Amino acid sequence: MLAIDQLSKTYADGNQALERLNLTVGNGEIVALVGGSGCGKTTLLRLIAGLDTASGGAIRLDDQTIAGPSADVGVIFQEPRLFPWLSVADNVGFGLSHLSAFEREGLVANALARVGLAEHGPRWPRELSGGQQQRAAIARALVTRPRLLIMDEPFSALDPTTRQSLHRHLLSLWDESRPTMLLVTHDVEEAVSLADRIIVMQPNPGRLYEEFANGIARPRDRMGVAFERLTREILKSLDQSLRPAAHAVAAAAEGQAAWW
Amino acid sequence: MSIIADPAAGASPASPAAREPAARPRRRLSIGWGLGFALPFAIAVAWEIAVRSGWANGRLLPPPSRIGGTLWELAESGELAMHAWATLWRVAAGFGLGAAVGTILGAASGANRTVRQLLDPTLQALRAIPSIAWVPLFILWLGIFEASKVALIAVGVFFPVYLGVAAALASVDRKIIEVGRVFRLSRLAMIRRVTLPAILPAWITALRTGLGLGFMFVVAAEFMGASEGLGYLLVDGQQLGRPDRILAAIIAFAVLGKLADGLLVLVTRPLLAWQDLGRDKL
Ligand SMILES: Nc1ncnc2c1ncn2[C@@H]1O[C@H](COP(=O)(O)OP(=O)(O)OP(=O)(O)O)[C@@H](O)[C@H]1O
Ligand SMILES: [Mg+2]
Repeated sequence: MLAIDQLSKTYADGNQALERLNLTVGNGEIVALVGGSGCGKTTLLRLIAGLDTASGGAIRLDDQTIAGPSADVGVIFQEPRLFPWLSVADNVGFGLSHLSAFEREGLVANALARVGLAEHGPRWPRELSGGQQQRAAIARALVTRPRLLIMDEPFSALDPTTRQSLHRHLLSLWDESRPTMLLVTHDVEEAVSLADRIIVMQPNPGRLYEEFANGIARPRDRMGVAFERLTREILKSLDQSLRPAAHAVAAAAEGQAAWW
Repeated sequence: MSIIADPAAGASPASPAAREPAARPRRRLSIGWGLGFALPFAIAVAWEIAVRSGWANGRLLPPPSRIGGTLWELAESGELAMHAWATLWRVAAGFGLGAAVGTILGAASGANRTVRQLLDPTLQALRAIPSIAWVPLFILWLGIFEASKVALIAVGVFFPVYLGVAAALASVDRKIIEVGRVFRLSRLAMIRRVTLPAILPAWITALRTGLGLGFMFVVAAEFMGASEGLGYLLVDGQQLGRPDRILAAIIAFAVLGKLADGLLVLVTRPLLAWQDLGRDKL
């Protein structure tokens, strides 16, 4: 379980990116964070990844405090960030250097197959398309079997069709070890089709605004009534979260889900 | 050039798919290469004809055939090889020294802010001195024999290597370093698996620049009193009033410089097979 407790982050320039944020994500749960630009989503993920340090509060993963990069946390960035000097297979196996070459090759081959890149292992990253590179990055992050996977707009640079095929690849790899997943996205449909829970964040300072449970059965039909209704509700909430006077109490009066 | 490109493409660890697209640009390249020969060839032929037909006497600028003849004589008598080896040895020693020190100091200054603040201003100031200006001092300090020559070449090689390595280290992409951090690389592993490969192309470019300067400086070094070396051949040709010997030495310099650069490229090419560019850049 990922437990975030009173997490605050104030940057050196005085910018208060996160203020006393609380969030719990159960094991194997997929949570999507949406919110306007600058509401602290990237900041939050970087803190969980251990790439930055918090100004206050704590992050715990199964009762272990996170204070730096951890073997239990995998990261997928907005860009593939593959090492151009390594073959695709060596990129995927980058985090497995502690294993024997034989073990590593087996795991890498399996991960590559899961993301539809079985043939592409010996190639250079530059020889792959953007979508294929991002799939390799997904494989690299999941092949080490982290307990928590965090993703910051991992598909935002891709076209809608590629994006949907990547969703399938991601869920296919996820199914192998079912890590907890925390996904930041600007695409509400992406959030609804992937996540069990969607959380809207609010800027200045960054904090949680509203939360939606997603009980729609998988595989989810984007054309379905329930899918569209939930998408609309989230879009509405997003819209409200960005109004200057957005206020939890005021919105609560409209009778929506849980509030902070 | 294409002769050198072939074995490297074969040695590249890339997939067969990676090699195919390289074939087309290479063919286009060899045509361009032939075109590059046309102008000097035409000039040489024209000059040869002009001298033979008595239009020009060719005393100050001998025709290509006489230069070729001189080169042949020098080669047959073993003189050419002796002078070429002397020059090559000096360049190799100076390049080795300058490249090693340049790499070490460049790495220290690129990796560590304090070292950079301490070192860089001094080195930048020294860089502003035209390196030939060191010659009298080096002769005073190191004598007129090999040591002062090697030192001068090393100074020439040092600066581009130092600057290249320091700049490359300072500009390694933070995003790719973060991937290393996510995988919890130790300091040493980070250097070995991320930083070094990332700066490798810039380092090799810096070495090539350094080598080029090494060949420039060896001429200056051999002007300051040498009894062998291609630079000596230049001075000797001037004193004997033999422009054919001067031109023969110049040609030998050009060939040696190009060969040394080609060797450096050949040796390092497998390390850079992952790069998009470079395949047709010799
Ligand atoms: N390194 C930094 N130094 C100072 N302020 C920063 C830094 N990084 C982010 N911020 C500020 O913190 C706030 C939150 O930024 P963050 O990048 O987390 O937003 P985000 O929700 O990811 O936005 P987007 O949707 O545009 O990616 C913003 O006001 C931003 O200007
Ligand atoms: Mg962001």
